Amino acid sequence: MREPAWLPWARRIVLSLLALFTLAPVYVMVTSALKPLNDVQGPFHWIPSRLTVRPFVDIWHTVPLGRYFLNSVVVAGTATVCSVVVAVFAAYAVSRYRFAGRRAFTVTVLSTQMFPGILFLLPLFVIYVNIGNLTGVELYASRTGLVITYLTFSLPFSIWMLVGYFDGIPRGLDESAAVDGAGPLRTLLRVVLPAALPGVVAVAVYAFMTAWGEVLFASVMTDDTSRTLPIGLQQYSTEHDVYWNQLMAASLVVSVPVVAGFLALQRHFVAGLTAGAVK
Amino acid sequence: MATLTTPAGGAATTDRSGRSAGRHAGRRRARLDRRRLVPYLMLLPALALELLVHLVPMLYGCWMSLLRLTQFYIRNWSAAPFAGLGNYRASIDVNGAIGGDLLHSFGVTLAFTVLSVGLSWLLGTTAAVLTQHPFRGRGALRTLFLTPYALPVYAAVITWSFLLQRDTGMVNHVLVDQLHLAGDRPFWLIGGNSFGALLAVSVWRSWPFAFLCLTAGLQNVPGELYEAAAVDGAGFGRQLRGITLPMLRPVNQVLVLVLFLWTFNDFNTPYVLFGKAAPRSADLISIHIYQSSFVTWNFGLGSAMSVLLLLFLLVVTGAYLLVTSRRGDA
Repeated sequence: MREPAWLPWARRIVLSLLALFTLAPVYVMVTSALKPLNDVQGPFHWIPSRLTVRPFVDIWHTVPLGRYFLNSVVVAGTATVCSVVVAVFAAYAVSRYRFAGRRAFTVTVLSTQMFPGILFLLPLFVIYVNIGNLTGVELYASRTGLVITYLTFSLPFSIWMLVGYFDGIPRGLDESAAVDGAGPLRTLLRVVLPAALPGVVAVAVYAFMTAWGEVLFASVMTDDTSRTLPIGLQQYSTEHDVYWNQLMAASLVVSVPVVAGFLALQRHFVAGLTAGAVK
Repeated sequence: MATLTTPAGGAATTDRSGRSAGRHAGRRRARLDRRRLVPYLMLLPALALELLVHLVPMLYGCWMSLLRLTQFYIRNWSAAPFAGLGNYRASIDVNGAIGGDLLHSFGVTLAFTVLSVGLSWLLGTTAAVLTQHPFRGRGALRTLFLTPYALPVYAAVITWSFLLQRDTGMVNHVLVDQLHLAGDRPFWLIGGNSFGALLAVSVWRSWPFAFLCLTAGLQNVPGELYEAAAVDGAGFGRQLRGITLPMLRPVNQVLVLVLFLWTFNDFNTPYVLFGKAAPRSADLISIHIYQSSFVTWNFGLGSAMSVLLLLFLLVVTGAYLLVTSRRGDA
């Protein structure tokens, strides 16, 4: 492409500024996590004068971070697996079958995406408490309740993205599998799913990130034993002090798994978006 | 579709005895019926979950909005008296304290959303267009740009609240100590400046998503289009207006809507940045409703406000889809 002379320079300047804007908070997060408490309570300095790994040791004692971490891993992991399974079946049905109510289903599911969380937070809380009273199945303040809630949060977008992905896979594959005598389930699991693997990976990443980062429902639906990271991290600030270095260290620790996972799989994510969303 | 038209009929028509044919047809119908059930069975889990977590609570919320569900009825919900449209009347009475505050919060949210979506879209488009053609380090740069989107919301926002501390934060260090743009150290997390602070955090978090979608969209633009345009002597600006932006239209239609809904409903960012009580100038509607419900224990009123919010979003989304699709057809 023919470029005007100013373009390479404009590109360098604009992209550098954007990189600076993006990176500055991350830089502060990392360096502050390595500073002693005195240094984060005084005036800010770009270059740390002393480095220490103490905050990374202390975070596990100041707050029961290990328990919160385990809760988050269990909740987000289970929600992801369930969400992907449910979304795969629903998306396959929407992509491959023409049935009454198909459009109604798609529209309903997608429109739940626009509900303000605050609208169903309280009713859901009451419903969970009542289910617990009636059947003895503890949903309120339990990890099960959080799993069910979170997995529906990622469902609409996941189904939508997977429908696009499945639509891109030739029907000929299904038909030849059917000729070979495979039922719908076998066809889906053996033929279509492997071909759609990048899309499934993208959806899994999305579902995990959604569950890992949710704050509103975690703040109402958890108690001391089921508390997850977003709420647990608030405990590094007491009435008198905020342990900023530990807070930054803990933020870093909870971010590394998702950021690493997302960045490693981002290519699939972009491919999934291209197939599903960008049509 | 293929599964419904599998060859099951051939044998029956060539059958000699009518009775046998009838039996075959019956069996065939049973199999067809079972086939017809397959998609519904596949949808069932998704449908059940959406009903449990979204639709039933939403209807229940609508019912709650008609009750006088205050702190006196916390122990016994069913005893709360019917309030009719009382909660709605209080919510939209802009001269009253409750309605006035809600209107203010709505205005703040609208301004915040328009600015945040606009800026995020602008940054995302700029970065996507500038990284469209390969150069050294492009992959690393893309990865870097996506980092804020990958970070968990609360970890990112906690970091920002550290940056925005008045005495120990990085932002004031740069503005006051290094650039000498202000004499006094401004407060960012309370008072009038908090709107700008919230906007910066929101844009920082959402522009990478715009960048991601637009980058994906640009990969679908055939390279030949640019080559043909270059042969015709079209410069950078002409190609941007003539090819890039029109080809991104379908992506933008979805992207802007999704960003709008996410930003308008955003609870996490202000909640982690300011805590339960947001400054008045950054009193986003989700936080406002949360406070009206949980802090003052008036769940009926909070529900009425949520329903009004949902109605507004429905109308806006419907109108948006109507306008953008019609323009697309023309």
